[in-house]
Amino acid sequence: MSADAPTLDVRGLKTHFFTKAGVARAVDGVDFTVGKGEVVGLVGESGSGKSVTGFSIIGLVDPPGRVVSGEVLFNGQNLIGLSPEKMRKLRGNRIAMIFQDPMMTLNPVLRVDTQMVETIRAHDKSVSKADALARARDALGQVGIPAPDERLKSYPHQFSGGMRQRVAIAIALLNKPDLIIADEPTTALDVTIQGQILYEAQKLCRETGTSMIWITHDLAVVAGLADKICVMYGGRIVEQGAIDDVLDHPVHPYTRGLLGSVPGHNTRGQRLYQIPGMAPSLLNLPEGCAFQARCPKADEVCKKEPEITEPIKGREIRCFHPHLDQDEEIGA
Amino acid sequence: MSEPMLEVRDLTKNFVKKLDLAGRIAQKMGSSIREEVVHAVDGVTIRIEKGGVVGLVGESGCGKSTLGRMIAGILQPTSGAITYKGVELTNMNPEEAKRAALEIQMIFQDPFASLNPRMRVVDIIGEAPVAHGFCKASEIHEYVSEVMQRVGLDPEYRRRYPHQFSGGQRQRIGIARALAVKPEFLVCDEAIAALDVSIQAQVINLFMDLREDLDLTYLFISHDLSVVEHISDRVVIMYLGRIVEVAETDDLFREPNHPYTYALLNEVPRVDQRGLDYHPIEGEIPSPLDPPPGCHFHPRCPHAMDRCKQERPQLREIAPKRWSACHLNDGT
Ligand SMILES: Nc1ncnc2c1ncn2[C@@H]1O[C@H](COP(=O)(O)OP(=O)(O)OP(=O)(O)O)[C@@H](O)[C@H]1O
Ligand SMILES: Nc1ncnc2c1ncn2[C@@H]1O[C@H](COP(=O)(O)OP(=O)(O)O)[C@@H](O)[C@H]1O
Ligand code: SF4
Ligand code: SF4
Ligand SMILES: [Mg+2]
Ligand SMILES: [Mg+2]
Repeated sequence: MSADAPTLDVRGLKTHFFTKAGVARAVDGVDFTVGKGEVVGLVGESGSGKSVTGFSIIGLVDPPGRVVSGEVLFNGQNLIGLSPEKMRKLRGNRIAMIFQDPMMTLNPVLRVDTQMVETIRAHDKSVSKADALARARDALGQVGIPAPDERLKSYPHQFSGGMRQRVAIAIALLNKPDLIIADEPTTALDVTIQGQILYEAQKLCRETGTSMIWITHDLAVVAGLADKICVMYGGRIVEQGAIDDVLDHPVHPYTRGLLGSVPGHNTRGQRLYQIPGMAPSLLNLPEGCAFQARCPKADEVCKKEPEITEPIKGREIRCFHPHLDQDEEIGA
Repeated sequence: MSEPMLEVRDLTKNFVKKLDLAGRIAQKMGSSIREEVVHAVDGVTIRIEKGGVVGLVGESGCGKSTLGRMIAGILQPTSGAITYKGVELTNMNPEEAKRAALEIQMIFQDPFASLNPRMRVVDIIGEAPVAHGFCKASEIHEYVSEVMQRVGLDPEYRRRYPHQFSGGQRQRIGIARALAVKPEFLVCDEAIAALDVSIQAQVINLFMDLREDLDLTYLFISHDLSVVEHISDRVVIMYLGRIVEVAETDDLFREPNHPYTYALLNEVPRVDQRGLDYHPIEGEIPSPLDPPPGCHFHPRCPHAMDRCKQERPQLREIAPKRWSACHLNDGT
């Protein structure tokens, strides 16, 4: 995207949960950057550590979880170890998060205008009520809410699910953050409503240069929206690179299997490729590569932990036997 | 055309939301408050041939599950007729009715909620076949083992409880339970929606194999158009309780006729589409309590004419094997 320093630079992030049953290595060595105005898709199946990565960045990991190592550099400043006070200042101001359930953001007993004005004035007391209200109205309009003046006076329960999510996005936008972390915000919504929200999100990044991390299990959503994709498995990013490169020429066996198992235009009547078995429990991951029990290329070497390599320019993977010959069959 | 296996004619289901006490008192005192009626399914006609897979698509609340449950005989229609193998369900003698109830089985979305947590898998799968004489109580283990093998479950696990299985395995238990009574017609209601992508592929393949091996006929309900395109021979699109379009799968995806189908297809994210410019259809899905008059889609339709606001468009055959309910087809 730009040659400037990235807005976000995550290095060696590890977040573990210390539960009675053992240590769950939910995030276990995650490295990626988000450039200014860039949209990064973070994809993976449930339990792969996507949400915990998001929570770790904005400092919302609760016990028994803890960031055990790594750095989260936001505009050059390391957020790990920042005081809760300073972190709270950043959240909702420079960094905002949107959740699958908009009620994580919205307060059910407050009118929308009250919540929005409070959000603005919490970060800048010098803004007058009237100015704050005007900004709130603009923000609602920006995410495509019709009749924003009327809607400002409503309570969250008076909106449909899609509208509620839009209000949550509008609130996230109020203080013009540099980075938005969106955790499956459209997963619970219908296709046509999801389309509307993707449209607003895309417009926003293009127009204001806001950077975004879009977390989803849906490869197709990321395909249309993101500049870059990070594929997570077992708490690690196993493959990342420019969206077209990765989706057209995946080299990690997991990414290849995942793409092969997506039904689509040309698959009718054919068997889908199926990745055998299921994701391992994070409580007892195997030594070495987490994918080995399901991987057609696994061998003795994979019992060691695969380090990050860059076998092709701009592509980072964790795998000892990447598919560099693209004509190979998926399962080979 | 061959005799359909299942035919649904003018099927309607209204749910009446009864007034609470306060409402009844208000009504007695002259308030205009009335009981609310949801037209969940509003005059639906479908034919399903033996061995076919019919995909049923539509957004949340459009009546897919309600239609599926009426076909599976677990919900009484308000009006209209369901004919199975040439006999109307309401005209069947008890013997025929019992056979139809066994031959038409339903598989649900939530593999967990639909399994009794206190029963062992062997009893969950074996209860109905023993009760209906498909096997003797003394042979339940052999019988269940065979069914489990067919759906890719290890029969060794038959003494376990549902919570000891993964999501994908629980869905297989649900499928095994349905198959155990030797059905001919399966209503699958979002049967893979709750599963991860790689597990979805496994279960989709299983459905296709079972179709071949057991000569099954499916009504496959899903909001996921990619899955429906992959699995179906024919697709039915619903909007707010009504069918708006029916077509062979290839025709529908190549050239949708109804403006709603067109919008829906445009909106579905696909892995092979990158850097999209989203052009979402506008507006909310109207409340089914108070659907717009005429064509239900008119408030969101880019082609709406005056006539659309008053007159309900009938589902008409507009080309061989193609039906659509839109006034545009009456044009010049
Ligand atoms: N038991 C019921 N009582 C009252 N209304 C109901 C009942 N069951 C369904 N409805 C209403 O009927 C309409 C159709 O519901 P249905 O469950 O068939 O939708 P659906 O297409 O399966 O949606 P989804 O994709 O969310 O599963 C909805 O408006 C719903 O609220
Ligand atoms: N509060 C918690 N206590 C214990 N384990 C947790 C907690 N929160 C998350 N985890 C574990 O961390 C892993 C990653 O979770 P998450 O990031 O939510 O996955 P996803 O990729 O689906 O968003 C999961 O295995 C989950 O069980
Ligand atoms: S490191 Fe080995 S097991 Fe892991 S993905 Fe690569 S080949 Fe497969
Ligand atoms: S009948 Fe009219 S409103 Fe309905 S889809 Fe056709 S053109 Fe649009
Ligand atoms: Mg998550
Ligand atoms: Mg349903």
